[in-house]
Amino acid sequence: MLAPLSWIREFVDSGLTVAEIAHLLTMAGMEVEGVQIIGLPMPEPGTVDTKVSGLAWDREKIVVAEIYEVMPHPNADRLVLCRLYDGHEEHIVLTGAPNLFEYKGKGPLSEPLKVAYAKEGATLYDGHQPGWVLTTLKKTKIRGVDSDSMVCSEKELGISEEHEGILFLDMDCDPGTPLADVLGDAVFDIKLLPSYARCASMVGLAREIGAMTGNLLKRPAPPIMPPEGKADFAKISINDPQLNPRFVLGLIRDVKIGPSPELIRRRLKMAGIRAINNIVDATNYVMLEIGQPLHAFDYDVLRERAHGGKVHIITRSASKGEVLTTLDGVERKLDETTVLVCDEAGALSIAGVMGGGESEVTDATKSVLLEGAAWNMINIRRTAKAQNLPSEASYRFSRGVHPSMCDKGVSRALELMAEWSGGRVAAGLVDEYPLPPVSPLIEITTHDVKRWLGISIPADEIAALLSRLEFKVELSGDAIRALTPDHRLDIEEGVAGKAELIEEVARVYGYDNIPEARMADLLPPQKSNIELEKDERVRDLLVAAGLQEVINYRWTTPERESRLNPPGAEPDDRPYVKIANPLAYEKTFLRHSVMASVIDTAERNARNRARLALFEIGPVFLHGEEPGLPEEKKHLAIVLAGQREISGWQAADTAAMDFFDLKGVLEELLNGLRLPDVHFEAGRHPAFHPGKCARIMVGGKQVGSFGELHPQVRSRYDWPATFKAPVLAADVDIDALYPLIPALFQTTDTPTFPPVLEDLAIVVDEKAPAAEIAKLIKQTGGKLLTDVRLFDLFRSEQIGAGKKSLAYSLTYQAPDRTLKDEEVKQLRGKIIRRLEQELGAKLRS
Amino acid sequence: MSELDVLKELESMRMAGLEALAKVENEDALQAWRTAFLGRSAPVMQVFQKLGSYAAEERKEIGQAANEVKVALEGAYAERLSELKERATAAALASESLDVTLPGRPVVQGRLHPDTQMLRELFSVFGEMGFQVYRSREVETDEFNFQLLNFPVGHPARDMQDTYFIEAGERGDNPILLRTHTSPGQIHAMQEAAATNPTNPPPVRIVLPGMAYRYEQTDARHETQFDQIEGLAVGPGITFTNLKATLSDLARRLFGENVRTRFRASYFPFTEPSAEFDIECFLCGGKGCPVCGGGWLEIGGCGMVHPNVLRNGGYDPERYSGFAFGLGPQRIAMLRYGINDIRYFWENDLRFLEQF
Repeated sequence: MLAPLSWIREFVDSGLTVAEIAHLLTMAGMEVEGVQIIGLPMPEPGTVDTKVSGLAWDREKIVVAEIYEVMPHPNADRLVLCRLYDGHEEHIVLTGAPNLFEYKGKGPLSEPLKVAYAKEGATLYDGHQPGWVLTTLKKTKIRGVDSDSMVCSEKELGISEEHEGILFLDMDCDPGTPLADVLGDAVFDIKLLPSYARCASMVGLAREIGAMTGNLLKRPAPPIMPPEGKADFAKISINDPQLNPRFVLGLIRDVKIGPSPELIRRRLKMAGIRAINNIVDATNYVMLEIGQPLHAFDYDVLRERAHGGKVHIITRSASKGEVLTTLDGVERKLDETTVLVCDEAGALSIAGVMGGGESEVTDATKSVLLEGAAWNMINIRRTAKAQNLPSEASYRFSRGVHPSMCDKGVSRALELMAEWSGGRVAAGLVDEYPLPPVSPLIEITTHDVKRWLGISIPADEIAALLSRLEFKVELSGDAIRALTPDHRLDIEEGVAGKAELIEEVARVYGYDNIPEARMADLLPPQKSNIELEKDERVRDLLVAAGLQEVINYRWTTPERESRLNPPGAEPDDRPYVKIANPLAYEKTFLRHSVMASVIDTAERNARNRARLALFEIGPVFLHGEEPGLPEEKKHLAIVLAGQREISGWQAADTAAMDFFDLKGVLEELLNGLRLPDVHFEAGRHPAFHPGKCARIMVGGKQVGSFGELHPQVRSRYDWPATFKAPVLAADVDIDALYPLIPALFQTTDTPTFPPVLEDLAIVVDEKAPAAEIAKLIKQTGGKLLTDVRLFDLFRSEQIGAGKKSLAYSLTYQAPDRTLKDEEVKQLRGKIIRRLEQELGAKLRS
Repeated sequence: MSELDVLKELESMRMAGLEALAKVENEDALQAWRTAFLGRSAPVMQVFQKLGSYAAEERKEIGQAANEVKVALEGAYAERLSELKERATAAALASESLDVTLPGRPVVQGRLHPDTQMLRELFSVFGEMGFQVYRSREVETDEFNFQLLNFPVGHPARDMQDTYFIEAGERGDNPILLRTHTSPGQIHAMQEAAATNPTNPPPVRIVLPGMAYRYEQTDARHETQFDQIEGLAVGPGITFTNLKATLSDLARRLFGENVRTRFRASYFPFTEPSAEFDIECFLCGGKGCPVCGGGWLEIGGCGMVHPNVLRNGGYDPERYSGFAFGLGPQRIAMLRYGINDIRYFWENDLRFLEQF
């Protein structure tokens, strides 16, 4: 909402500067998002806690002047010369302003025209350039006439975008007066939150400023009075008071449609509303002034539709499929939730949102029927959204306008219309008020305030703070009974109302004045968040293994994820969790696979990095059997691809990472989680190479799988041509893994007796799995064999086709003594025999 | 040979030895010199061997003189040896000197995502104040995301949080949606705690981190999927002064001991009173700059838990009170590290991530 300073000041004397008002409003909940300076001095940098823009007018160089005569230009038809007086001397000023042409060549004017006059050196906005470009007036010659000064348009001064003609001043002021003193202003751009609907007007803002500073609100003078007498120009029927608690009509006859006064037009423009004519402007002006949106009908059109009968306004819900052409010319299809203002001949306007075309005020209008109504805010919000019709009226109605405002709005607008259009206000108002709201009466105590805010404020002070916001307060001991004023709907009954009242106390007291105090309350039972601790442990282990954590968008598309299913593989036919109102197709589906997300990340980064080592822990989303809340399952995905080490200027292992790099990372992870009984089995997975894929087994349960991407899968991604490395990926089901992690683990003592180290090289059949061999050795070696490590694997013609050689480094150790050679020799013999018997192994010498 | 001749001889032996030693340039030559001048067959040694052939008187004098020469040569030898060693060491060191400006060997380093780093810092600060981490689901019902948090159906406050809905069949006023904030967890946490003792529910002090979603166009400042951390403290004596202290303490931990904070009135349906929490801009010292505008940086929203929300969580608002707040870890990271585009976070470009 845009609010000009001069307009707010009409209702409250605060004595505050622009910076102080901006600060006050911001602190009181009406955040000032920007201040536009129009002519007033620019506040010092650092004094305003919001963005400041605009133009200060030089007090010497931009002044009020009077034009005495408008003369033709000797060489140009589209230019005129003005003879004007700036308080010191007379000047001849050249201008092309079309609104001076009617005075051209008429000789000295009987009444001089007051204008804004800028002298050489003044800084103004360039009226001819789009947007706001500053320029400084310099001496030039235009068509043979010297020009060093000008008469200004609103745009040049930064008041509005108006540049069709120059600005005429209609106020009492002497030539030579600095323009800033008569027109200088500032416009506050205020962000109004839903509960601040009462502040969506100048009076509303002024009331808040008054409350915060302790100044009384000035009322529009004289006070708003309804027209006297009994109204007989219309009748009203309200079908559903829940949707339309009040409806008021007033009438003005013999209006002369024309422009509103300059001041009014300027104020509307500064507030961001187009000035149209004296009738429409009056409705908008009153809406901005006191907050009641109004609607003007051409009364004669309604009379005609009533065929000479009494105009009968009916408010009702639309019937399904009903159609109305609104005044923007759009034919709108309505449904049963839309509320309409109708007469007996049919719909006239969409209640609270937009008027209909047929009955709108035109230049030919003679009599105006003025509507001031109250509507259900939730209904108006729904209609404005459904029709995509945000308007100044629906902005206010959808946040709640108090029904007590209806008659005030109508009376005030009739008063202004009479003044501006010369019309005669008809007797009385037609006022149908079936559902007056009950103003909540809330009782709070000093104890309540202390309990909620933590500060002790005496009861009489609480009462005084609330009465500044026009609550009617009554004191009884420590209790304050406060009756909600009839301009606000945001205070509820009961305990909610209490809290709302306490907020009002805190606001007027000043949040700044409430001290800080650390919590003294009892600490709740302190519990471990075991799942989070495990997440963090997994992250730490993987980071220690040299991997980069990533966090992806949860969105995907089935097409992107299905790249992991090569042709011929079983498709993923689990239904996706799907957004009903997506912003784009790419943001429509929630992912099934974290691994797919991380491979996508790798794909994007392959252009910039030769080594990729990434992981993510996050949810996947799966629809259950029933429509409703989907399952959110946590998965860990790891992707490795590219160089094993980062190359520098020295030799580095830049070979591509392979299956065993990923397996090493997984072993470190599972070992770091202290998982017992971990083993890996050859497995199958559609995304992986059939011979380079394994299942991760913990305690006999599969917790994940990993492998090298199937060549057919790999080729469905857009890797740069230079990126030839295999892509390795793992998918771990966190929900299956975490329950298997033991709470504690045990250490072994550091040995004090020396170990015996021995190598053992055997030749076995190619098919014998390495894990089996190691297991056999360990089993046979028993407790004294403390470590078995494979250090060499090779195949050669010498050892024969279908055979492989494995070399192990064995560590024998006893905790309580130095092992004798004889003991070790016996154990070694036992191991060799077992390998020979069970695997047909042969010892290599 | 007369005694005098022998003594002259000895003197010339000393001269010859020292002269030869001066020419020795390496340890091998030094050993050869040692053999030549101090070895068994060296002239001076031979003088000792022949001592027996002199008269007692002469023997003593010659013996003394020979000994002097031997000691002198030995001393010169030792000096030369250490000189040569030093020289060798110096030469070796000189030949090994590196260009220390060459780059170091690249280390393969793992890193946490900046958002995880930020959250860990927040968990630690809040943990010290007794706030424990509570996480809950990202896909929620309208009831938990809005209604129980005092956003009635059709209420204009819902315009503050444009929502993604999930296709889930006709569910009337309780559609499935992507949570617009982590606040549904407030209700879950309170209900769980209250269930343990419905007549006297235990106090609650938690932080709720996680993803939230808003239906809006993205730009450098706005993300449609973003990270949030909320706090909730409920108990018999929680007040607005506690809220101010908690968030000011947080600000001092995150932004420095002297940072100024301010609380200004605001509106959220689930708090009453509600406030916006700002810190003085640490980039410009509060003078106003392109990042902050007017000298203050918005950090988050907060307030006293609305009585309806307490009640919906199983806590009697006449006996319990509480405060809640919400912060954006991404926003805090952006301010601290000069990150110009919020979209960097989930795009995962390593050129961004590797800076943390």
